Amino acid sequence: MILQTPAQRRDLLERSKTVAVVGASNNPMRPSYTVFSYLRTQHHFGIAAINPTIAEIDGVPAYPSLTAYAQANGAPDIVDVFRKPSEVTALVQEAIAVGAKAIWFQYGVINEEAIALADKAGLDVVVDRCMKVESARFNGGLSMTGLNSGIITSRRSETHA
Amino acid sequence: MQDRSFGFATRAIHAGAPPDPTTGSRALPIYQTAAFVFGTTEQAAELFQLRSYGHIYSRISNPTVAAFEERMASLEGGLGGIAFSSGLAAQLCTVLALAQAGDHIVSSQNIYGGTVTQFSITIRRMGIETSFAPVDDFAAIEAAIRPNTKLLFAETIGNPSGTLADLAGLAKLAHKHGIPLVVDNTFASPYLCRPIERGADIVVHSATKFISGHGTTMGGIMVESGRFDFANGKFPLLSEPSPGYHNKVFTETFGEYAFLMRARAEVLRDVGAQMSPMDAWILMLGLETLPLRMEAHVRNAKAIAAYLESRPEVEWVRPPEMGSIFTFGIRGGREAGRRFIDSLELWSHLANVGDAKSLVIHPASTTHSQLNDDEMRKAGVAPEAVRLSVGLEDVDDLTWDLGNALEASQRGALAESAR
Repeated sequence: MILQTPAQRRDLLERSKTVAVVGASNNPMRPSYTVFSYLRTQHHFGIAAINPTIAEIDGVPAYPSLTAYAQANGAPDIVDVFRKPSEVTALVQEAIAVGAKAIWFQYGVINEEAIALADKAGLDVVVDRCMKVESARFNGGLSMTGLNSGIITSRRSETHA
Repeated sequence: MQDRSFGFATRAIHAGAPPDPTTGSRALPIYQTAAFVFGTTEQAAELFQLRSYGHIYSRISNPTVAAFEERMASLEGGLGGIAFSSGLAAQLCTVLALAQAGDHIVSSQNIYGGTVTQFSITIRRMGIETSFAPVDDFAAIEAAIRPNTKLLFAETIGNPSGTLADLAGLAKLAHKHGIPLVVDNTFASPYLCRPIERGADIVVHSATKFISGHGTTMGGIMVESGRFDFANGKFPLLSEPSPGYHNKVFTETFGEYAFLMRARAEVLRDVGAQMSPMDAWILMLGLETLPLRMEAHVRNAKAIAAYLESRPEVEWVRPPEMGSIFTFGIRGGREAGRRFIDSLELWSHLANVGDAKSLVIHPASTTHSQLNDDEMRKAGVAPEAVRLSVGLEDVDDLTWDLGNALEASQRGALAESAR
């Protein structure tokens, strides 16, 4: 299913335990490093990098492929994707093969064929969103910085930082 | 959590202010602190590298101020907001976020006198040039845009002329030239007009006016839409490595949040024109009643304009097309205008607008007095014009006071000796 609404994204983040970040970089200037680092330090996720060109990021092991990750750890709950849109159809096929439950395409990673493929295979799909931003939307991070979270509630939060 | 698009009045009361997670306080707490304790050295480093969210020092962000910023972003329909010590500070920092020495901006000439001097004198001294053009003359505006122009600036409702800007048209023009439209929405408030819905990219306010609503608090706010492509090649401050921030490329690292992140992490940090937590709290209280107040302001202003049109002492009235601030001219010119203002009992003679109290001023000798005759004429300020900001009192009391003062304005020397 393609997740369109904030409540759907919040549910996905809350029920997921493991995230494989495909294309995570160990260069602190890259957005993929920033997101990886945020999810590693601020979240409950079991996190790993999928990148054949590096061995680890900040002590967290990197795997050469999603398949290699799944062989060692089982299927990830979410595959978070920092890849060129033209390269993600093959990645979706691999995610389906290893049994990933959801695939999350970061800003600008838009490939209609890949989206349809993942949707048809029963994966939850998030498109053109940042996992760090969406995580911060629901845990109070955006609000701390004067950003419009869209959250309106009179309930006392349990997840608030 | 359930999905719902909440209405304006609900957001004016709730946005940015869920119950305090630590204490359960339902009212927004005032976090009157200069700095915030770090958890670990690793967490501190993450914060300083802009890799995680949190507070460091109240010059850069503060929880009470952030609540105000988020509420304003919600009401204006933007991605986020940054609060400042005043409206002029919000404007200055918006310009500094986009332009540097050698750059140029284009502004409507139908604007507040203080903005004219900020643009034509202060930022010119910093090496940023401004060209002014009539807000409704698109040919003149387009002709003023140069290769080094970084933004187009206009007021939703011109101060004090009341000229309405065609925001959709201006946005289209700005975007054609790859620059953002910056709109001062002070006189309308987001209740009457939301410039981002009409295509504007950045909205600024003097929060001192309708947002405060009670003439108590200085403040400014800037809200950005997140829609403008600052990586289009015209904005190296955002799209090239920043020496002020670990050579970070803001457009690459933050995507649609690039402008807001840089405006806070570099411009607000270095200019130091932040809002105080106490002031943010007062402004939040004001916002809760913004919809109610704006309805009453508009209703009263229409009644006052109609009353003035019926009076023989009044030469002309420019009734408000939007909002509750407008001008009229008294028979007898500048001298009669002076006697009129000096004879008022209930209306307050002061340099502000958007108060619950009704306010009056003579722009030519006050708010626009730093302008030369030519600039004044261009800003639409007639020498005899009196500006009213209609408040929330009983209309009968307001017209009683106006009537007495209008009579006194025509009595000339007789009135002088009687006082």
